[in-house]
Amino acid sequence: MTYDVNIDGKNYRLELDRADGRWDCRLDGRDVEIDAILARRDVLSILIAGKAYEIKRERTALDMHLWVGSVRYAAQLRDPRSLRSRASADDGKGPRKLLAPMPGKIVRVFVKEDAEVEAGQGVVVVEAMKMQNEIKSPKKGVVRKMIAAEGANVNAGDVLAVVE
Amino acid sequence: MFKKILIANRGEIAVRVIRACREMGIQSVAVYSDVDRAALHVRKADEAYHLGPAAAAESYLNIEKILAAAKRSGADAIHPGYGFLSENARFAHACAEAGIQFVGPTAASMEMMGSKTRARQHMEKAGVPFVPGTSRGVESADEAARVAKKIGYPVMLKAAAGGGGKGMRLVHAEEQLRSALESAQSEAQRSFGDDEVYIEKAIVNPRHIEMQVLADEHGNTVYLGERECSIQRRHQKVLEESPSPIVDPDMRRRMGEVAVRVAQAAGYTNAGTIEFLVDAEKNFYFLEMNTRLQVEHPVTELTTGLDLVHLQIRITAGEKLPFKQEDVVLRGHAIECRIYAEDPDNNYFPSPGKITLLLLPSGPGIRRDSGMYEGWTVPIDYDPLLAKLIGYGTDREQATARLVRALNEYFVGGIKTNISLFRRILNDKEFHAGKLDTGYLDRLLARPSADVPRDEKAAEVAAIAAGVFAVLDPATETRSDTNGVNGTGVEQGSHWKRIGREEALQ
Repeated sequence: MTYDVNIDGKNYRLELDRADGRWDCRLDGRDVEIDAILARRDVLSILIAGKAYEIKRERTALDMHLWVGSVRYAAQLRDPRSLRSRASADDGKGPRKLLAPMPGKIVRVFVKEDAEVEAGQGVVVVEAMKMQNEIKSPKKGVVRKMIAAEGANVNAGDVLAVVE
Repeated sequence: MFKKILIANRGEIAVRVIRACREMGIQSVAVYSDVDRAALHVRKADEAYHLGPAAAAESYLNIEKILAAAKRSGADAIHPGYGFLSENARFAHACAEAGIQFVGPTAASMEMMGSKTRARQHMEKAGVPFVPGTSRGVESADEAARVAKKIGYPVMLKAAAGGGGKGMRLVHAEEQLRSALESAQSEAQRSFGDDEVYIEKAIVNPRHIEMQVLADEHGNTVYLGERECSIQRRHQKVLEESPSPIVDPDMRRRMGEVAVRVAQAAGYTNAGTIEFLVDAEKNFYFLEMNTRLQVEHPVTELTTGLDLVHLQIRITAGEKLPFKQEDVVLRGHAIECRIYAEDPDNNYFPSPGKITLLLLPSGPGIRRDSGMYEGWTVPIDYDPLLAKLIGYGTDREQATARLVRALNEYFVGGIKTNISLFRRILNDKEFHAGKLDTGYLDRLLARPSADVPRDEKAAEVAAIAAGVFAVLDPATETRSDTNGVNGTGVEQGSHWKRIGREEALQ
């Protein structure tokens, strides 16, 4: 199995095979001696040339993070044979989504659909645990969709609005 | 002794009190709001009764509903925990009228300590040292200017009914005084319904050290040593320890004796805490008395070997303190970390949500008082305190090392926590040197974080792990997740639908 892995923005080519409980691992063409077991769901014990690591995985609807010790890495995994491997270019053009950074309640909606917004302008206020967080527009543009409504509960990663 | 105690609280402190009840052979009764049916305290108690909607005013602050649950369950006492109704004299009154014992002081001593200016008037009579200033609210801006000139700038304006930094203003010079007074008064009026504001000399970057006391109903009052609580953010304590790195036996005895005088002057019974400000010359000044069990009580329990909740219950039942002041011997060192659901990378903003993975520390010298479990969704409605991790050792160095070790074992997945903040504090040179004051944490956070060694090796390990996970644990790859809060999200649904939508937007 071959994977394209992206860790904190850096790409790796990982070749991984398992036969008779033994692993065959190549990272960017280099042979790496590994042994791995799944300790429980989302927790991996890996030995790399005898050095022991415990890896924790966090997944949300939006992304995956891996913890090596106490350091958290953003991780993306792609099977190059998969069709769904086109990169999502993020060049500031095109629509941008405003996401809820954490679960909470929408307490204010500052702008309506089709309104023009400046970069950094407050669009929505999300309240959780008595703290209010203003979600700002990532770019100058027009609010193409306003999904958030005052009084609604939202989850982390929910799309609140789309600015184009 | 009581047969059944209702705990009028939630979270880790409710679990803490339930455990004490079980140890003492007392039945425990939990209460809960709409969003807390699945909370740990409801699972742990012998009985549980629903109060009402999530809003605290309709549940954990609702005296009538709590007393109705107490009557229905036949509880003969109520433990209020901390926060919520714990320092509400009206609640203590209502319990007494309903014939239910309140685990805490009398309503009268709560009332006396509830107003900072009234407390100050009483305590001055008892010879308690105060920060120089007025013991009653200032009548006019001219009077404020006169007082400020006499005690010397900088001065602090404080709301008499205040707490948590509301209605507080630091004033460096006379020309700022008038506008600061007006804004402090209007903020005090808005926050507490009372615009009384008094003036104190500002002690710049003081330490915040508090003394635990216990008093029975037979006239015995003892002190149980201090807690250093200088590590704070936005006037909220983050890490506490006992003993304080700067308090020696003589200072402890002097502070303890003052604390006992304060408690006696207030006719105080049960567990209480006297807070002091300490200046750079180690002069200490009375700040206020907290008439309840404190969040940070475990550090005192570890260094004294006493169980404060057991003792609170015994005192309420009319028992005498089973020991004298000279029997209280401090041993070792304890440090507590308050684990909050908040995001260190987003200015410590609250981060509720579902806990998808929870790995727990254990081993020598580790105590964990927690209200969370894996699979539980942290509600958005309450204080973000999840758990307290306490490290104990023969000395400060060992307690610190054990805590760092345990923090590395502790993992809370699915939500953000401030665990990384404690690694930073506990590895900091100034913390190790014991150089603490209430400005310490802001200074630490202003410096760039150096504690994250993002080396290439670890990133390669992560890359390999990503692939191994895909081989060994692929079932979770398409798991439709996770952060369900109240199930009314704007845009939930399947992974595939979401990707379809995302692509449609590109």
